[in-house]
Amino acid sequence: MIEISLSVFSASVIARLFRSGTLLVLCASLSGCNYLLFDPKGPIAQEQMEIIIFSVAVMLIVVIPVMVMGVWFPIQFRASNKNAEYRPNWEHSNKIEAIVWAIPIAIIVTLGWITYVSSHSLDPRVPIEADEPTMVVQVVALDWKWLFIYPEYGIATVNEMAMPVDTPVEFLITSATVMNSFFIPNLGTQIYAMSGMENRVHLMASQRGSYLGFSANYSGFGFSGMKFQAIASEREDFNDWVAEVKASGQSLDDERYTQLTEKSRDVAPMYFTLENPLLFSDIIESYTGGFNGGS
Amino acid sequence: MAAANHTVVTDPHWLYGKLTLDSVPYHDPILVTTFSVVVLGSLGLLGALTYYGRWKYLWDEWFTSVDHKKIGIMYIFTSIIMLLRGFSDAMLMRSHQAIAVASESGAGYLPPEHYDQIFTAHGVIMIFFVAMPLIVGLMNIVVPLQIGARDVAFPFLNSLSFWLFVAAALMLNISLFLGEFAATGWLAYPPLSGIEYSPWVGVDYWLWSLQISGIGTLMTGINFVVTIIRMRAPGVTLMKMPVFTWTSLCANVLIVVSFPILTVCITLLTLDRYIGTHFFTGDMGGNQMMYVNLIWAWGHPEVYILILPAFGIFSEITATFSRKRLFGYNSLVYATACIMLFSFVVWLHHFFTMGAGANVNAFFGIATMIISIPTGVKLFNWLFTMYKGRVEYSSPMWWTVAFFLTFAIGGMTGVMLAIPAANYVFHNSLFLVAHFHNVIIGGVLFGYFAGLTYWWPKATGFTLDERMGKWACGLWTVGFFLAFMPLYVLGFMGMTRRLNYYENPVWNNWLLVAGLGAIVILLGISVQLYQLVASIRDQSKNRDLTGDPWGGRTLEWSISSPPPFYNFAKVPQVRDRDHWADMKQHGLAWRKPDSYAPIHMPSNTWAGVVVSAFAMLMGMAMVWHVWWAAIIGTIGMFASFFVYNWKKNDGYYVDTATIEALEAQHYANIELAKRKRDEVDQDVAEEGLAISI
Repeated sequence: MIEISLSVFSASVIARLFRSGTLLVLCASLSGCNYLLFDPKGPIAQEQMEIIIFSVAVMLIVVIPVMVMGVWFPIQFRASNKNAEYRPNWEHSNKIEAIVWAIPIAIIVTLGWITYVSSHSLDPRVPIEADEPTMVVQVVALDWKWLFIYPEYGIATVNEMAMPVDTPVEFLITSATVMNSFFIPNLGTQIYAMSGMENRVHLMASQRGSYLGFSANYSGFGFSGMKFQAIASEREDFNDWVAEVKASGQSLDDERYTQLTEKSRDVAPMYFTLENPLLFSDIIESYTGGFNGGS
Repeated sequence: MAAANHTVVTDPHWLYGKLTLDSVPYHDPILVTTFSVVVLGSLGLLGALTYYGRWKYLWDEWFTSVDHKKIGIMYIFTSIIMLLRGFSDAMLMRSHQAIAVASESGAGYLPPEHYDQIFTAHGVIMIFFVAMPLIVGLMNIVVPLQIGARDVAFPFLNSLSFWLFVAAALMLNISLFLGEFAATGWLAYPPLSGIEYSPWVGVDYWLWSLQISGIGTLMTGINFVVTIIRMRAPGVTLMKMPVFTWTSLCANVLIVVSFPILTVCITLLTLDRYIGTHFFTGDMGGNQMMYVNLIWAWGHPEVYILILPAFGIFSEITATFSRKRLFGYNSLVYATACIMLFSFVVWLHHFFTMGAGANVNAFFGIATMIISIPTGVKLFNWLFTMYKGRVEYSSPMWWTVAFFLTFAIGGMTGVMLAIPAANYVFHNSLFLVAHFHNVIIGGVLFGYFAGLTYWWPKATGFTLDERMGKWACGLWTVGFFLAFMPLYVLGFMGMTRRLNYYENPVWNNWLLVAGLGAIVILLGISVQLYQLVASIRDQSKNRDLTGDPWGGRTLEWSISSPPPFYNFAKVPQVRDRDHWADMKQHGLAWRKPDSYAPIHMPSNTWAGVVVSAFAMLMGMAMVWHVWWAAIIGTIGMFASFFVYNWKKNDGYYVDTATIEALEAQHYANIELAKRKRDEVDQDVAEEGLAISI
């Protein structure tokens, strides 16, 4: 799906221009990497950045004239300028009406098409195609920290997660508290974490690095400190990280998990071995109870 | 706003419910100081009113009045007070974030327990208690005059709406000093707003103040829809209504359709909190996503309830000060109607990140974008109204041009947010915060300020100081750009909203600029306050003798300023869309009719004040779980309502002698204005009044 949408973009001359020239200049000027949304480290964020820049470019076609006219008309037709034409009863022109309806319509048709295509290509549920198989990471929002569960590796961590580069990751996301939003800006797409439900988002890092992740939906007094590091590394480094987590010796049993669900702020990373491989689905079911509220 | 130190009473006492001594935040120096100032100020005001014996005047002429113009003025007065409160919250947030780098080093000066109430209160106040009453006030003053009516369709209902709003506003302000306010964000998403995560009274204050003011707003909506549909003077066909009346009609239709959703939504949340139902809790089949859908099914139309009348204001002002007919009236009306309809099929764009399917997101994204088409057309219509006009730079026109420049940016960022794929990274960021302040300040607020300046002389009989009005506009515009453009940048940097502290020093510079912008806006507001004081002080100099200070085009300018309480001595027969401009053009304006007939008018009533006082008692008692008082409040509310309605309310007739006297004064004033004008400039006094056309 990613390929399809990229080809849609490359078909567009404007987009190609942006990719080759302007985009690079813009990115260069913005980097220093403070601008997380213009500093994509994966294919999803990359495409999102292109959509943002493309949409601005298209809309400037109408925004710039409006702003110019907004200044020029009142100056040109100021009351003291008796040389300017004055037609107090002129109130209609089919030609102008046609233009002022047609231009916004044309722009919105273009953007609507981009919207449709990108809603599908960047649908968080759609797997990313890559050489490596997709890795699953389960994510639980707690008050006020993130719990990451790696069922394939039998480990769990708090406020730190790792993934190999160029490996698609499917994040399965839920909450054991109020609504939060799971977001790693450098990688793209955020999605809500809601109790009793499983949301999912596919992301991939194509460059090594440690990226900031956080909750993007206000969730109470400790919200500001609900941050984590997402470490993207080579496969060997990732394996080392898994081993390190395992070596921590701490086991995430029921008691430890209950402790984790208690309110705490600015929590430092924690490593656990996973006691219960079904922890994630147990957490979801603890909310739905006998009533399956949906997933 | 007592913070963490309070005791949560889970088992309310039969006499005083959840109230304990802890409920009063006497340990917080900021609040104690504020409280002292408010109490001393109020005592001073009450004392002065008693000393000068003004209570009877206030009660007879204002509190019990059903005159739409007086109710409008009271709405605007209250909203200005609430603007100061809401803006204080904004200053607290901006100053806090400007100094809050890093959690270790002190984290600003507000703990999250306090700060989170502030951003919640800021949003709630600015939308429900500033923007809404300001526009309802303007509609009250202007709409009946624009359609040639003598009052709204249901004058008592209008008074009741206003006093319910006052009751709600009082409750919200009491929460500052008694208990706490919600710390949930302005829309109080469950589960956070549920009893488990917000066990004390903050969310209950939120629920009951919104419930009470929401009912008032719904009644306003019904009132104005009926007024505009049923009470137009002969000749005011739908397509001859001034654009402000059109946009008000659409806004009120939106109120009637959307506010019941709010009422139901917060009723369900109330049930969840009070009797343990599970509409929005995770277990027992409840669903938090339902709340988010419901609240935005109201919330998105609400945005258009605010902006549509502002579009109407810009239309009136642009035409008047361009000395020209409005360009593309039909186009504007159809664009307004389009926006009204489409505003109901876009609510999901507030939560693309909830995980709906690609087609659902695409549908709501595209529907949202479609709204930008009629909106863009409106901008062009105003621009082409200036084109080939004679644009006069009065302060309402300043606000209008400031709007063109800011709104174009806000519209663009709105469309960016409407693309789901882009929204996935913008959602809840400061980019979003910048966007909605861009459209709400640059569009809604600038529009209301323009309208306030424009119609002020109509409501009061004197104009506001023009020079200070322009300064205020300049400061607001510069302040706006300084305060909110950095927020767009911070959004690109990945800064999310509602942060109490952060560890990224790079953000700090931008937040300092934003803080500076807030200070410039503060200067703008100060100038506006001084403008009000100075203009009231110098009103004899700024008096509007003719009733038509701007060379207006529509019906409201054809009568005196302020209008007599019956508005129109004779119901006008309207021929043209710009009826008053047309009259002036044909030399028919300013003519005294030969005779008058008695006019039927509604009587004042105590009922609005009393019903609302009981409603407030009920609300406060429910917040604190004082059941006996809640029962008294509820019974009192309904009983006083029925007592009023069971009595005969036939109104009364104004005799011709009274009308004759008031109208004679008006025409004498016109003669006076004419003579003054002739003295100043002989040349321009060709026909009728120099200032006309």
